[in-house]
Amino acid sequence: MDIQSLTAVRLGEKIKKKELSAVEAAQAAFAQIAACEKEYHCYVTVEEEKAMEQAEQVQKKIDGGELTGPLAGVPVAIKDNMCTKGTLTTCSSRILGNFVPTYTAEAVKCLEQAGAVILGKTNMDEFAMGSTTETSYYGVTRNPWNPQHVPGGSSGGSSAAVAAGECFYALGSDTGGSIRQPSSFCGVTGMKPTYGTISRYGLIAYGSSLDQIGPVAKDVADCAAILEVLAVHDPKDSTSVKREDTDFTSALTGDVKGMKVGIPRDYLGEGLDSQVKEAVLKAARSLESQGAQVEEFDLSLVEYAIPAYYVIASAEASSNLSRFDGIKYGYRTEDYEGLHNMYKKTRSEGFGEEVKRRIMLGSFVLSSGYYDAYYLKALRTKALIKQAFDKAFEKYDVILGPTAPSTAPKLGESLEDPLKMYLGDIYTVSVNLAGLPAMSVPYGIDSQGLPIGVQLIGDSFQEKKIFRAGYGLEQTREDQDRLAPVLRKEGR
Amino acid sequence: MAREYETVIGLEVHVELATKTKIFCGCSTEFGGEPNTHTCPVCTGMPGSLPVLNKQVVEYAMAVGLAANCQIHQKCKFDRKNYFYPDNPQNYQISQLYLPICYDGWVEIETEDGKKKVGIHEIHMEEDAGKLIHDDWEDCSLVDYNRSGVPLIEIVSEPDMRSAQEVIAYLDKLRTIIQYLGASDCKLQEGSMRADVNLSVREKGSDMFGTRTEMKNLNSFKAIARAIEGERERQIDLLEDGQAVVQETRRWDDNKECSYPMRSKEDAQDYRYFPDPDLVPVLISDEWIDDIKSRQPELRTEKLERYKKEFDIPQYDAEILTSSKKLADIFEASAAICKKPKKVSNWLMGEALRLLKEHNQEPEDLSFSPENLAKLIQLADGGTINNKVAKEVFEKIYSENIDPEQYVEEHGLKSVSDEGALRSVIEEIVAANPQSVEDYKGGKKKAIGFLVGQTMKAMKGKADPGAVNKILQEVLEK
Repeated sequence: MDIQSLTAVRLGEKIKKKELSAVEAAQAAFAQIAACEKEYHCYVTVEEEKAMEQAEQVQKKIDGGELTGPLAGVPVAIKDNMCTKGTLTTCSSRILGNFVPTYTAEAVKCLEQAGAVILGKTNMDEFAMGSTTETSYYGVTRNPWNPQHVPGGSSGGSSAAVAAGECFYALGSDTGGSIRQPSSFCGVTGMKPTYGTISRYGLIAYGSSLDQIGPVAKDVADCAAILEVLAVHDPKDSTSVKREDTDFTSALTGDVKGMKVGIPRDYLGEGLDSQVKEAVLKAARSLESQGAQVEEFDLSLVEYAIPAYYVIASAEASSNLSRFDGIKYGYRTEDYEGLHNMYKKTRSEGFGEEVKRRIMLGSFVLSSGYYDAYYLKALRTKALIKQAFDKAFEKYDVILGPTAPSTAPKLGESLEDPLKMYLGDIYTVSVNLAGLPAMSVPYGIDSQGLPIGVQLIGDSFQEKKIFRAGYGLEQTREDQDRLAPVLRKEGR
Repeated sequence: MAREYETVIGLEVHVELATKTKIFCGCSTEFGGEPNTHTCPVCTGMPGSLPVLNKQVVEYAMAVGLAANCQIHQKCKFDRKNYFYPDNPQNYQISQLYLPICYDGWVEIETEDGKKKVGIHEIHMEEDAGKLIHDDWEDCSLVDYNRSGVPLIEIVSEPDMRSAQEVIAYLDKLRTIIQYLGASDCKLQEGSMRADVNLSVREKGSDMFGTRTEMKNLNSFKAIARAIEGERERQIDLLEDGQAVVQETRRWDDNKECSYPMRSKEDAQDYRYFPDPDLVPVLISDEWIDDIKSRQPELRTEKLERYKKEFDIPQYDAEILTSSKKLADIFEASAAICKKPKKVSNWLMGEALRLLKEHNQEPEDLSFSPENLAKLIQLADGGTINNKVAKEVFEKIYSENIDPEQYVEEHGLKSVSDEGALRSVIEEIVAANPQSVEDYKGGKKKAIGFLVGQTMKAMKGKADPGAVNKILQEVLEK
């Protein structure tokens, strides 16, 4: 039996039926890590000993009837920007190279309570700033579909780990597309829920008003099951929302009849790779053939999303990252004279180029005299973008479009031109600005053999509609799209 | 002719709120714990931690604002004030800039020229910073985050004050209001109330403001008064010299009675304020405001009137008793137990104030229980102890909060009014002092005083003076 190619839910079922134990599942994951990690480098930290111990405890609880959920015993990987008590948490930055939190992020706690076995911490762009996982201080992660290509970012380690079978599902975080874009590049399914659905407590902040944790998994059903576990109101997070409608798996009906699907014409124009466009239109035809009503419409304001996003996210980041100063934890420069020199050297040495660029950008847009012109204007743009979506959702149940303009670029291509890299976020950032839920679903493979993802966007709190449409799409997906070559028999 | 100047003063007053827990986490606000024991990931700025607003802070801020006739921003927000300093673990302070909770209020003060209103520009909520301890021996600095996240309100006045006296009257007024609300103990020395003075001078009659300076490090009303006089003179000297006042922040050194520049406007930091995305706007409903209003306790003016009416306390005494919430609380609680408000008032106005002065303390420092004062009054009134003993016992109550009944019992301080015992002592005294007896009988009635004194001495002060006088007269008239 090929354990690694199982989805999280399938594996959970087998564990429940005692066909497999939590320990065997973890062993399978570590076997795959041993086989693949050298090539893909999905993890910053692998915690084999702890995980095996946890697997044994979880299995005892399953045997004792304490753990009965669908994810009990299923091994998971956590993006390295979520705090894990006693386990190194670096944000892929030098400045947190020695940071071991004394507490566990609420989302991770939710998983642990559901019986998850934590394998380790996945690589990412430093402080989640980047679209390729190349800004990590701990080395690049490679795309399991083709190691010459990036896995996307910033949750590149999580997406690659799922694609390579180095875990059965993973947590990512999404500030401007950081779950959806790498999921698209790695041929896995990743969802960013409505802002406020999953507690941010213990998630090391990048852009607090945009950050959301979400699942990265092999398919839509996994994402729905994982989100059910994670969507819990947390009084420790003031932006956490109390939700009643969290029975997400109930939306996995396979029936999309009567759903109204809109495709923003603005998303299909210049800059979009023709093969990605074809995949989106193919997905539209699939939904239509299943009884959905699909039409194109003008969303508007799309060109303003990127500037607004980079102003807001950088502004918040410049403040959020000011606590990394060498005083309390993390890296401190060796030689310094006095406080200010210590700050300066610590931060100059501790942060990478992209992080410093965004701290400077953010500090600039908040500085006196520029606040109104940049930050306030960006906030107003954000409000207008939300209005444009509100208008669209008066008419449509979900919006369908590309996740990213292209498939995964080659390693080293993106960092030379940061502006070009920022433009790659065009279809994802507006979702964060509007606080909406969205999911990237693999749908097709391009001529280079790289996976293409299509994006489904829903109105606030309408994740079920996304799951319904996404699950429908999966029914017509060609089988070879499902798994990376490394997990397919013919790929071995 | 010398020009006449007018001083223009506005105040920024920080008040530490008396909540049990911090403003954005559940840590205790208690004073004096071991360093970094009242801390958690939130108030030490650990990555990933998030602030959650303490509702009590909003209620205290609203209560103070309403008592100071302020408007309430029913949708107020928190902003981040960004600056790097190790006492500030996140390197930003969560405060309110754009939409402070209270604005546009006033309080009334008494001045030499009668009543005057001082405008309140705004009141906002914010968090306190930790404390840095510089260790010169080890040549390093240590930081204690126990105070980090303790809730503060900052009360910003309009530039409406014109003299040190007005400033003191304003501060006193604020302090009384806040103490009465129970929102803070407002101790300047301990830093639970801190005032920064913004001061400028201008020629009398001008309606333009002069360039102002901000004075920090003022730890007592006296220091504030001295700093105002000092800064007024410094600015006038500059102007008379044809020099300009520089807009800057200055630090007052009360020992040397002069100030030093801390930073000028040019190197003022850009705090890059922006709304804190980790906190949601505070929405304050009409019902919530009404609820706070209905729960406002009796403030000083009302209490003063009630004391006069209900307890027949004279104006002056009522003013003193209500000048401090603590004093008023002790008064009311003691009076309720012993049902002798006038006696309680006398003890507080007399002995308690005398001891406070002697110990250089504030009424807020009173730490004895009203029960013990009430018991003492019962003992003295019932004749169980005499006045002199009562005063001694009160000192013990004041300093150690002893139970007077137990104390009198243990130390054998009860008055001796037993006729037989007294009479035999008196007879001995009379026999031993024939000269005084002769003087008395010869018409020097004052001589009896000496004999009373001798008797009290022999009784070690515990005799009932009334009984001594009566028996002594009987013995002498024989």
